[in-house]
Amino acid sequence: MDIIKRAFTKSIWVFHMSVGSCNNCDIETLDCFTPRFDLERFGIQLIGSARHADALLVTGAMNKKAVLRMKKVYEQVPKPCVVVACGTCACSQHMFKYSYNVAEPLDKILPVDVYIPGCPPKPEAIISGIVKALDKIKKGK
Amino acid sequence: MKQIFYCLIFPGFLFSAVIGLLTGWVDRKITARLQWRIGPPWHQNFTDIIKLLGKETIVPAGAKYTFLFSPYIGLISAVLAATYLGRSIIAPLESFSGDLLVLFYLLTIPALALMIGASASRNPLASLGAAREMKLVLAYELPFILAIITVIIRSNGAIQLGQIIRQQLFFGSNVFSFSGFLSFLVALFCVQAKLGIGLFDIAEADQEIMSGTLIEYSGLPLAVFKLTKAVMFYTLPLFIIVLFLGCSLSPLFLIAKYLILLAIIILIKNTNPRLRIDQALKFFWRIPTLLGVIAVILALFGL
Repeated sequence: MDIIKRAFTKSIWVFHMSVGSCNNCDIETLDCFTPRFDLERFGIQLIGSARHADALLVTGAMNKKAVLRMKKVYEQVPKPCVVVACGTCACSQHMFKYSYNVAEPLDKILPVDVYIPGCPPKPEAIISGIVKALDKIKKGK
Repeated sequence: MKQIFYCLIFPGFLFSAVIGLLTGWVDRKITARLQWRIGPPWHQNFTDIIKLLGKETIVPAGAKYTFLFSPYIGLISAVLAATYLGRSIIAPLESFSGDLLVLFYLLTIPALALMIGASASRNPLASLGAAREMKLVLAYELPFILAIITVIIRSNGAIQLGQIIRQQLFFGSNVFSFSGFLSFLVALFCVQAKLGIGLFDIAEADQEIMSGTLIEYSGLPLAVFKLTKAVMFYTLPLFIIVLFLGCSLSPLFLIAKYLILLAIIILIKNTNPRLRIDQALKFFWRIPTLLGVIAVILALFGL
């Protein structure tokens, strides 16, 4: 089992899910795959289908319509998987806390493993968050 | 016992899968270098496969049993094709008459398996991918057959890989003649469409229909599909080498030819955008088919 867990840490396929973000976190997430940062060095890839995903990267303050969809997508991801809340909106709803269309924070709905604060978080911050997620897997999630 | 060894270990499953995964790494590394990135380490594709073995396999509600069955059909036929091809390079005299046709059919089955699996998964995007794959198969099979017919004519009507290799040993590679060169170009494009990369990444378009035919697969079946693709990535360039560049097949020359062909395929993949399915169909039925017909006519005149 150990070799499979090690392989898991060396090849994380990320499904990128926006639940009502302003697109800034999404742009910074894509920046991680540009030549300057190049996360593919560590085997991290963006993939299209939730069925292939190992990590669910959620951006944005979750609005009421997105709750149901978010739950459905989470059920479609094959376990084991890591949930990452990227950006202050996904972590704590930021300045949209008292907005009329915003539902609960993300960690009330899904078991979030890693929080990456920042508005938007820098690519360095996202990479550091991923390293924390890897440490968590290694310690036995 | 010998046959099982051939199928499972040396030219067969283990060898072709390892070389195919390494080939996939070469593809990813060259792509990364062309984009001024560093790229993944050499064991990346092996890591991906091992990781997929540890993941949960989800079967969508109402999927037919062919959903779990079809990946293995594709893998078995790809491995059989790799075994035949490897054996006919190692021992050309052992090949039987008509093995070229067998190989041709075996190389078509992985695409069929992909279609069957995608249509069994009851996902609209997967069915869209299956429909595109079907149109793509219709598009590239005709020029591919024409290219193979050219080779058959040039080796005096032999439909046997051993004969084709021996013919090229005596009279030089097929690619150094007018008809051979034209059909080599045609086959190069058909190989890309068969692999579904670059220009013809239509059925599995990651950005557009979310990896289309593979969308519902997870865990072990997905790993089997990835392995099938790796084995095809090893087999098809080798098939082209045997058909068109079979002049000297000693190991060193073979590896050099393989790497050069691979570099050409990867460069074409990286410098061209993906086509729409109707553009791909038009492309294949106009230019490569025309070139293929011209090549067959030239071959009949002995050029």
